[in-house]
Amino acid sequence: MGIIVSLKKKFGFIVNLFLKKEKVRIGIYGPPNAGKTTLANRILKDWAGDVMGLATEIPHETRRAILREGVKIEVDGKSLTLDIVDTPGLATKIDFHDFMKFGLSEEEAKKRAKEATEGVIEAIKWLDDLDGILLVMDSTQDPFTQVNVTIVGNIEARNLPMIIVANKIDLPNSSPARIKSAFPQHTVVPVSALKGLNIDKLYKSMANKFG
Amino acid sequence: MEGVQLNLISKDKLDKMASMEKLRMILESVKDGKIVVLESGLTPEEEAKLIELTMLEIDHKNFIGIEIETYPQKEKSFFGRFKGKKGRLTVIGPANRLKTIQKKEDLITALVQLG
Repeated sequence: MGIIVSLKKKFGFIVNLFLKKEKVRIGIYGPPNAGKTTLANRILKDWAGDVMGLATEIPHETRRAILREGVKIEVDGKSLTLDIVDTPGLATKIDFHDFMKFGLSEEEAKKRAKEATEGVIEAIKWLDDLDGILLVMDSTQDPFTQVNVTIVGNIEARNLPMIIVANKIDLPNSSPARIKSAFPQHTVVPVSALKGLNIDKLYKSMANKFG
Repeated sequence: MEGVQLNLISKDKLDKMASMEKLRMILESVKDGKIVVLESGLTPEEEAKLIELTMLEIDHKNFIGIEIETYPQKEKSFFGRFKGKKGRLTVIGPANRLKTIQKKEDLITALVQLG
């Protein structure tokens, strides 16, 4: 690793205290099917009037990072211009058989699996070029997964500001409290990106954290 | 005797190894069907690099990836920012053999499939 990248990682947070950027580049991270693209679509729909990409129930629907520049959000008189990167879901394993359960042919499933492995690598590479992170977790699932722990560890190591988005609170078995108790040192905002529940609170947190 | 080979690697040995050397050793063992237990674990950056290397090695036939489990990091102190933080005890195995049943802050329960 280059010495400049290493220094940026260790001391970037000090520089950020004194420098206000015109634009902030944030990455939307999380495991597959946590609702990353649904959240990106919600933000874009609310502030730019369009959407980022297709969200489906099949894991690894997003297999290339998608960058959308210049999304301006305004909260309580504060204005923030964001470049948003919707990243592919992070995973430690990718089995094409899992995609066949959703009706994909073996050929389609293998193609998707190959693209998904490339997407994971791309998502990790983007971590070095971001100013902040929205880490999306599915609040109906156990938050102590290795993917979540690894992402949080890497964001902390880079001293990037982060908001954990406890998504899917519209579902009956959701428990944002479980996420809060797993990562007590971080800001956790419960939302339903699909239904728009509590989304204003997320925008407020983004303005405070990334602005 | 039939079974799964466990490689328990001491902190002393890990401390003497360069990052890439460590990651290659882990990945080669896991691809060989072994379970690797690291006494002192990996840094978050090493974990991310291990995931990257794993993605490159997945062949969609014999190797579908890894299962990796470690305890969550304790809260980081101000001075902790300035030195790389090593993870705690870590278990890594092939995803088709090692399956995590439950993971809590202080307890990991996993199942190892034989053969």
